[in-house]
Amino acid sequence: MGRFVVRRVLQAIPVLIGVTFLIYCLVFLLPGDPIRALMGEKQDPHLALVLRAKYHLDDPLVVQYWHYITGVFRGDLGTTYTGRPISDIVSQRFPVTLKLSLTAFGFEAVIGILAGIFSALRRGKFLDNVVFIATLFLISIPVFVLGNVLQLELGVNWKLTPVAGIEDGWPASYVLPGLVLASTSMAYIARLTRTSMIESVRSDYVRTAIAKGLPRRRVIGVHALRNSLIPVVTFLGMDLGSLMGGAIITERVFNLPGIGGQLAQSVSLREGPVIVGLVTLLILIYLVANLAVDVLYAVLDPRIRYE
Amino acid sequence: MTIIEDAVPAPRGSDEETAPLLEVRDLHVEFHTREGVAKAVNGVNYTVSAGETLAVLGESGSGKSVTAQAVMGILDMPPARIPRGEILFRGQDMLKMSREERRKIRGAQIAMIFQDALSALNPVLTVGYQLGEMFRVHNGMSRKDAKARSIELMDRVKIPAAAARVNDYPHQFSGGMRQRIMIAMALALEPDLIIADEPTTALDVTVQAQVMDLLAELQREYQMGLILITHDLGVVADVADKIAVMYAGRIVETAPVHELYKRPAHPYTRGLLDSIPRLDQKGQELYAIKGLPPNLLHIPAGCAFNARCPKAQDICREKVPALFPVTEPDGTELPGRGSACHFWKETIHG
Repeated sequence: MGRFVVRRVLQAIPVLIGVTFLIYCLVFLLPGDPIRALMGEKQDPHLALVLRAKYHLDDPLVVQYWHYITGVFRGDLGTTYTGRPISDIVSQRFPVTLKLSLTAFGFEAVIGILAGIFSALRRGKFLDNVVFIATLFLISIPVFVLGNVLQLELGVNWKLTPVAGIEDGWPASYVLPGLVLASTSMAYIARLTRTSMIESVRSDYVRTAIAKGLPRRRVIGVHALRNSLIPVVTFLGMDLGSLMGGAIITERVFNLPGIGGQLAQSVSLREGPVIVGLVTLLILIYLVANLAVDVLYAVLDPRIRYE
Repeated sequence: MTIIEDAVPAPRGSDEETAPLLEVRDLHVEFHTREGVAKAVNGVNYTVSAGETLAVLGESGSGKSVTAQAVMGILDMPPARIPRGEILFRGQDMLKMSREERRKIRGAQIAMIFQDALSALNPVLTVGYQLGEMFRVHNGMSRKDAKARSIELMDRVKIPAAAARVNDYPHQFSGGMRQRIMIAMALALEPDLIIADEPTTALDVTVQAQVMDLLAELQREYQMGLILITHDLGVVADVADKIAVMYAGRIVETAPVHELYKRPAHPYTRGLLDSIPRLDQKGQELYAIKGLPPNLLHIPAGCAFNARCPKAQDICREKVPALFPVTEPDGTELPGRGSACHFWKETIHG
């Protein structure tokens, strides 16, 4: 297992380099001049030249990228064109997104899995139908619609939750955005858990567990559940990455100062280093989550061995 | 369905001491499906005493496994339903017991061995855990003690290096060893009755014999009742005391094991025996019973076997034969023998 983890971490390095380069290219290709954008109405050709030299803007793409990536390996993410360190932006913005995503992740895992288990056990009964309709509803409504409606109803009209912003801190300011962000995935998790649970409840080893005279709670909780969680864990792991990406919309709706807003702003200002830095960070999290899933896999299913 | 009243109950012990361990009386099981009601078991009677082996023989779909699952209490209800019948275990009707009472009997007093040990064992739990669970749940034993007992059990069923293998997973064992683990699990709490549902079907022939011998040996040692469900006439001959042949949810013939082989009293049993390949018939075409078993949604009127039976007459298509007691031509009783054929006399003596 140790060797497997090391190998996977090493594999992640070329992936990261490749991805940063790709994003760097895309930003380079964006039309517009960042320095002109920066100076606005007071264009100063002399200062423009100085700035262009400072940020290597007139160098070929590969050279620019080389400056950037060597900086990254020295632990320097670079600065914005206004001179603000990008690490500064990350440390300020990133915790907000992280809190939001993890809150959503918690809702998704707990509510989704529980709903799935119960509807599998009450298959065809009332509760199963309620869950089915609820998941259908959540899957079909776009996040920004659900977000705005809930914000208006729960926040503005009923005053149950903060309307926007993060003044109330965690958890108050994050509960509603977290739920909204989790909604679609939560529905998928519930469906997936249900299907997988129904399959394992019908399996031979569950029949054996019943024939052993085990109490129902043990039959379900130990014998059926563990097997049916294997596909659910995969989905959860991969979804952690998409939650961070999806957070961009939710952050906008609830006006949370996370990386989503920052990314949108940086794209419009052509701030390449900021975009590359933030996106790389997201990818890094995605890779780590995937690795965690693979490791968890082996824990859940002993038939899988990584050697 | 008038056969029930005049059905001959399977042989019973004469006095109280040898009262049967298990007695199944007029058991019916049906499955409610979209296409209709499938009548899987239609009035089965049998008894098993301590130390006795009953072999239940039949093709797939004959109701032999369903009967066993009903005894075990592991039928999925719904879709299954038991409209009538009794399953007496030590004189008590298990069908009238509460869920919890039945659960306590399962595993502890009646245990079951399944056909395919690979799918019947949980792939993500160690064999030690799955064995130890029996002691932990039924006897409240600690994890550590349960593990020690699991190792003893694995030794008992002759799994080499038990102590080293207790933490292995089912997929790490060979087929024969896995079936031994199933046997160990069934044996764990020294039950009074073991139901083995085709325990050797999934195994190699050489391993089959080993597993069967082990099962027979353990049964003798613990004086358990054993119900051996199989479609393999060869397996039965060595270990069973008596045989019940099932067809379309009914017992069509009962007999002590060697008598059945010598003189079958039902055309279906005769057909089964004739379809065993024999060395002295090498080169000749194999015998097969013509036709297919009936659809359980529409069991034909009269004897369910009539369409496939070489001896069928009009009465076979009209009247369901009861399980008639089988006698010698001079009227001498043959204890334990019964045949559900209108023409049993012609079949056995003719």
